[in-house]
Amino acid sequence: MAHIHLNNQLPGIRGLMAFSPETEKPLNDLAEILLHDDNNSLTRGEREMIGAYVSSQNDCFYCQNVHGALAQYYFQCDMQLIDAIKSNPLSAPISEKLKALLTIAGSVQKGGKYVTAEQIENARKLGASDKEIHDTVLIAAAFCMFNRYVDGLGTWAPQDRQLYIDRAKMRAEDGYSKMDVTKEPTTTNLK
Amino acid sequence: MAYIEIEKDLPGIRSLVLFRPETGKPLYELAQILLRGNSPLTEAERELIAAYVSYRNDCFFCMSSHAAASRCLYGNNSHIVDEVLKDMQHAPVSDKLKSLLHIAGKVQILGNQVTPEDITAARELGANDREIHDTVLIAATFSMFNRYVDGLASFTPKDPAAYEEMGKRMSEKGYVLPQKTI
Repeated sequence: MAHIHLNNQLPGIRGLMAFSPETEKPLNDLAEILLHDDNNSLTRGEREMIGAYVSSQNDCFYCQNVHGALAQYYFQCDMQLIDAIKSNPLSAPISEKLKALLTIAGSVQKGGKYVTAEQIENARKLGASDKEIHDTVLIAAAFCMFNRYVDGLGTWAPQDRQLYIDRAKMRAEDGYSKMDVTKEPTTTNLK
Repeated sequence: MAYIEIEKDLPGIRSLVLFRPETGKPLYELAQILLRGNSPLTEAERELIAAYVSYRNDCFFCMSSHAAASRCLYGNNSHIVDEVLKDMQHAPVSDKLKSLLHIAGKVQILGNQVTPEDITAARELGANDREIHDTVLIAATFSMFNRYVDGLASFTPKDPAAYEEMGKRMSEKGYVLPQKTI
């Protein structure tokens, strides 16, 4: 049970967004630009993966499963690969550039000052642009917020990981900025 | 020097939101709603929570600017801000505000550090659901802003006078997205 009375039964951040619609809007607008907007040279899968990785480092069950399921949906892979990236990105079968960006994201998760000039240089050598580095840092920072919001208020999270996979296609199609927090996947938008 | 090509003369978050106004817009809207919108917590208290979390995250830019804003908003009681940053438990603020700052400090470490006992203690001192919610979200939001500002090594002025001016602007005008000047 959440630490405060949300007056709804929704899990994770959806319960908080229904409780506080004024703050829901900028939070979802931010998620939209960072994770869903196609005007970005990082793929949606890569950006969701950065969110899932940081959420896993922050031990936030809800966020790492929501965004891990979205990364899995975009990558068209199995959950084993997502779990492998979360537990050790450097040994996972992903591009060297994504490894370099996940390394930066891992430093941001610990604290802004953990990011080093060498990590940035390495990402740049592997082809990362200023905007990609910017977005990696801001996605990682934003999940340090989302994770703390969700867990700091003690929201509940479904334990069945399949339920997160079932919602991924709907979120991929609807995006974040016009999110209906009460909407459930139907047979037509189930994968 | 910053890790990416941003306006060198602009400090902290301002240079970053000018680099990427698409994300700057919701970030400034969030700051405006959390720190200036409707809340049972005063604007001075909310800026203080922001400064306290930024202090704990060792983010000099956010700590200095939000402490300056909080001092302006506390007016004649501006010394409260420095006393909280020096020793929160012995500072001349209400026990209720201390219990909320304690929760903010837990959120700064990690969300799962907040215990039901922390919440009960705040509630017994008069904190309501909205105040607890706003405290947690302000603390979480500054755990983002601090990482954004320091993670890209944006320019951090050292001169205290620069922050005094920023604090005055923040207390009077709130959070307005900076525009590129031609």
